[in-house]
Amino acid sequence: MEKRAHFSGWTLPLLLIVPQMAITVIFFYWPASQAIWQSFLREDAFGLSSEFVGFENYVSLFEQPEYYRAMVTTAIFSSLVAFFSLACALLLATQADKNLRGGHAFKTLLIWPYAVAPAIAGVLWIFMFHPTLGTLSRPIKAVGLDWNPMLNGNHAMTLLVLSATWKQISYNFLFFLAGLQAIPKSVIEAAAIDGAGPLRRFWTVIFPLLSPTTFFLLVVNIVYVFFDTFGIIDAVTGGGPAGTTTTLVYKVYADGRLGGDLGGSAAQSVILMIIVIALTAIQFRYVERKVQY
Amino acid sequence: MVENRPFTQFMAYLTLALGIVIVVFPVYLAIMASTFDAATIINGNMPLTPGDQAGENYSRALFYGGVHAREPVGGMMLNSMIMALGIAIGKILISILSAYAVVYFKFPFRKTAFWIIFITLMLPVEVRIYPTYKIVADLGLLDTYTGLIMPLIASATGTLLFRQFFMTIPDELLEASKIDGAGAFRFFKDTLLPLSMTTIAALFVIQFIYGWNQYLWPLLITTKSSMQTIVIGIKKMITTTDALTEWQIAMTTAVLAMLPPVLVVIFMQRLFVKGLVETEK
Repeated sequence: MEKRAHFSGWTLPLLLIVPQMAITVIFFYWPASQAIWQSFLREDAFGLSSEFVGFENYVSLFEQPEYYRAMVTTAIFSSLVAFFSLACALLLATQADKNLRGGHAFKTLLIWPYAVAPAIAGVLWIFMFHPTLGTLSRPIKAVGLDWNPMLNGNHAMTLLVLSATWKQISYNFLFFLAGLQAIPKSVIEAAAIDGAGPLRRFWTVIFPLLSPTTFFLLVVNIVYVFFDTFGIIDAVTGGGPAGTTTTLVYKVYADGRLGGDLGGSAAQSVILMIIVIALTAIQFRYVERKVQY
Repeated sequence: MVENRPFTQFMAYLTLALGIVIVVFPVYLAIMASTFDAATIINGNMPLTPGDQAGENYSRALFYGGVHAREPVGGMMLNSMIMALGIAIGKILISILSAYAVVYFKFPFRKTAFWIIFITLMLPVEVRIYPTYKIVADLGLLDTYTGLIMPLIASATGTLLFRQFFMTIPDELLEASKIDGAGAFRFFKDTLLPLSMTTIAALFVIQFIYGWNQYLWPLLITTKSSMQTIVIGIKKMITTTDALTEWQIAMTTAVLAMLPPVLVVIFMQRLFVKGLVETEK
C-alpha cells in the first residue's frame, strides 16, 4: 500500500498535483455542489431571480406521473439491454473459448463495435429499421406487422434495445472471454471425467466460477444504459414518441434544456447521483475483495 | 476443450459466424448506402451490393456537407480529432503527474488529495451537466476547444491507473536512483516514464475512443456549426421531417465517423484490451 522510499519536500508534489486538483474542483466539485444547491431553488420564468424552496422541487418531482414513467422506462430499458447483451456475449465467448482455428480473427471481428459512438450506433439501426426505407423493415411489414418506431412506443423501445445491445456485446464479450480463460482447465477436465456433459459442465462448473465477472458486468451494463445510451436515445427517438422512451437521464436533459425547469432538472440530477454512488459502492465492495492495490 | 467432437466445433463456428454477421450487418449496410444516390435509397429497395456513387458522396460530404447544414464533414472530423487528442493527452498529462506526487512523495494532506480525486470516479458528466455548462459559459469557454476538453478531463480513471502501476514498481529502483544521485525530476524522466510507456499507450487508446465518441457535452456547448464534432453533425443531418434527410450523405458521414476509432481498436488491439481491462478495475 505504501512505498518504502520517498522523495522529501512538499512544494514539488503540490505543484505536481495542482493541475488535476484545479480541474477537478472547477469542473467537478463546483458544478456538483451547484446542482445540489439549485435543486433547492426555484427560478422565475426569466431566470432573473431565484428563491429557496427547500424540498419543493423534489416533492413536485415525485408528484409527476412522467417521472415515474421515466423510472419504469429506465428500469425496463436497462434490464432488457443488460440481459440480452450479457446473454449474447456469454454465448459467443464460450464458443470463442474453444480452441478454434482463426480464434483471434473472430475476436477482432467481434470487439470493434466498442469503438462506435452510441449516437452513430443509433443512426445505423434507425437506417436499417426505418419504416419506409429500412432494408429490414420490408420483411417485417411483409409478415403483416405495421412496423413504425416513429409512432409506436413499443417499436421505438425495441429499436433502442437492439442498438444499445449491439453496441454493448463487444465489451461484455471481452470480459467474459478473459474470465473463461482464467478458469483452470483441470477443473473442467475433472468434471468431464466424472461424466458431466458440456451443458452440465457449463451450468455447474463454469457459470458459477464466472459469477464475479458476470456481477461486475451487470453493474457496468446498468451504468452504461443509464448514461451512455443518451446518444442512442437522442439520435433514434428523441425521447418520443409521446415520451415513451424518455429515460431518467434524458429527462434531466429535456427538462433543463427544452423545459427550462432548472430546479427540477437539478433535483433529478441529485437523485441520479445517489443512484450512481449506490451502484459504484456495490461494485467497489465486490472489487475490493478481488483486486489488490 | 475436453472433447473435440466435430459437431461441437461446427456449432461453435456457426454461432460465431452468426454473431459476426449480426455485428457487421448494420455497418455493412451503412457502407453500401454511402455508395448510392438519394433516390435509390429513398425508394426502399436499396441493393446489398455496392453502387457507383461512392466518389461523389464522399467528396461531397468531406468538402461540402449536407444541403441543410452546409458544414463540411472534413472540418467536423478535425474538431473531433482535436477534442479526442486533447482529452487523451490532457488526461494522461495531469494524471501521471498527480499519481507521481501521490505515490512517491510524502506531503501534508496527501490522503485527502487522493480521495478528492478518487470521488470523481463516481459521477459521470451527465449528472452535473447544466451546472457544468453554466460554469463553462461563465468562463467564456463556449464554442472553444478548451471548453470541449477540460470538463471531460476531470476524472480519476487515469490517476488510479498510474497509481496502481507505480505501486508495482519495486522500491529498489527508487533507492538505486537516489544512490546514483538522481532527484525527483531525473527519476521521473529516466526511470518512471520509460517503464510507463505501455500503460500510457493503453490509456491513450481508451481515452481517444472516449473523446471521439462524446455526445451530450459537445451537443450542449457548441452552438457554432464550425465547432461541431462529427458525432453531433450526423445527428443534425437526420431531420425529423423525413423527406429532407439526405440518407446517402448521412450514411457516408456515419462511415467516416466510425473510421478513426474502429481503426484504433483493430490495429492497437492489444493496447486497447489492456486499457479497457485495467481502467475498469
